Amino acid sequence: MNKLQNFSKGLIKENPVLVLVLGTCPTLATSTSVLNAVGMGAAATVVLLCSNIVISALRKIIPDKVRIPCYIVLIAGFVTMVQMLVKAFAPALDQSLGIYLPLIVVNCIILGRAEMFANKNTVLDSAIDALGMGAGFTLALVMMATIREVFGNGTFLGFEIPILVDNKISILTMAPGGFFVFGILIALINKFGKHKPKKKDFGCAGCPQAAACGRADCGGCADNKEAEVSAS
Amino acid sequence: MTKLIVILLSAVFINNYVLSRFLGICPFLGVSKKLDSATGMSLAVIFVMMIATAVTFPIQIYLLVPNHLEYLQTIVFILVIAALVQLVEIVLKRYIPALHKSLGVYLPLITTNCAVLGVTILNIDEGYTFLEAMVNSLGSGLGFFLAMVMFSGVRSKIEGADIPESFKGLPVTLIAASITSLSFLGFGGVIENMFPV
Repeated sequence: MNKLQNFSKGLIKENPVLVLVLGTCPTLATSTSVLNAVGMGAAATVVLLCSNIVISALRKIIPDKVRIPCYIVLIAGFVTMVQMLVKAFAPALDQSLGIYLPLIVVNCIILGRAEMFANKNTVLDSAIDALGMGAGFTLALVMMATIREVFGNGTFLGFEIPILVDNKISILTMAPGGFFVFGILIALINKFGKHKPKKKDFGCAGCPQAAACGRADCGGCADNKEAEVSAS
Repeated sequence: MTKLIVILLSAVFINNYVLSRFLGICPFLGVSKKLDSATGMSLAVIFVMMIATAVTFPIQIYLLVPNHLEYLQTIVFILVIAALVQLVEIVLKRYIPALHKSLGVYLPLITTNCAVLGVTILNIDEGYTFLEAMVNSLGSGLGFFLAMVMFSGVRSKIEGADIPESFKGLPVTLIAASITSLSFLGFGGVIENMFPV
């Protein structure tokens, strides 16, 4: 796989949010306005880039058995750094992202990329992968935020849009709107996506937490066996 | 006492972790297919939330704040939760095998559940006392339980429904979640009016 493909797969083909369905919590929570979405996307991308580079550089040193705790410590360290930077230089963003900034630690995308990509590939490839995945995450967030802000609040990046501002569908900026827009977006991608959509079973293959779970090899969690049978 | 009831009820209904704060969406979508696994997962979450708060709250108050180490909060909390979950699993396996059998599967998944880290950090941010923090964790856990159980009922109805091809699987689940969350919007303002401060 060449470098360009490695970057672009994160944008569309393996978009972490819309295709792999990782990191749903921050996606739903911070996509109420475009500015928040860009801030969240940038913060997560920085953490992802740093953690992918360091984990890939240390991939021969970290013992296999304790790799997940090691990754979590590294990621938490980078998140703390980003948190302090945002607090110092963009206090308004810190206010609006609130709890979701420290929660980047448990964002499935970051741990998932560490486990699936960074511990098997070179530093350069991991960095490119991180940039692609980060850009894909930001892209999906901005797409959702645009829909929710334009129709729910009648503004775009804070600028009022003439007719829409008088006809707000405010429910879109609230919690139900988040689920709704996300559902519709995924349905559209299933419908118009070039590749055949894989049936999303919520077994270990589709489970964002499989990386940290450790039960993937012994049947996975509870109902996934039956789920697969009933899906097929 | 009234304050505790208000915290409990608003954590369960108004600021429901899953449906209005978007914390713990992964297990909400992933494990809610069947009622028994939904119950097992949420009981494990309630359990871990309470223990995590009981441990992280004193750490913050007596260790981090006096030493001006508040910036280490994120690292310390996630490590404590991860270690705690492992410990709980070992203890349950050794002493209460029956409980381990029903909750054990879900415990490793909980380490990366953002609801647990979220509740411990929010307890600090809100400036609760220890008792209030414990009540808030209980309420948050119960709210998670309520959302999971309700949603597993909704999903069992979707299973048999005839829906457009591109909506099958995740999209229809998300739209059902949207409607479930819509119903929780109705609780807004109820608690404030029940207990006027």
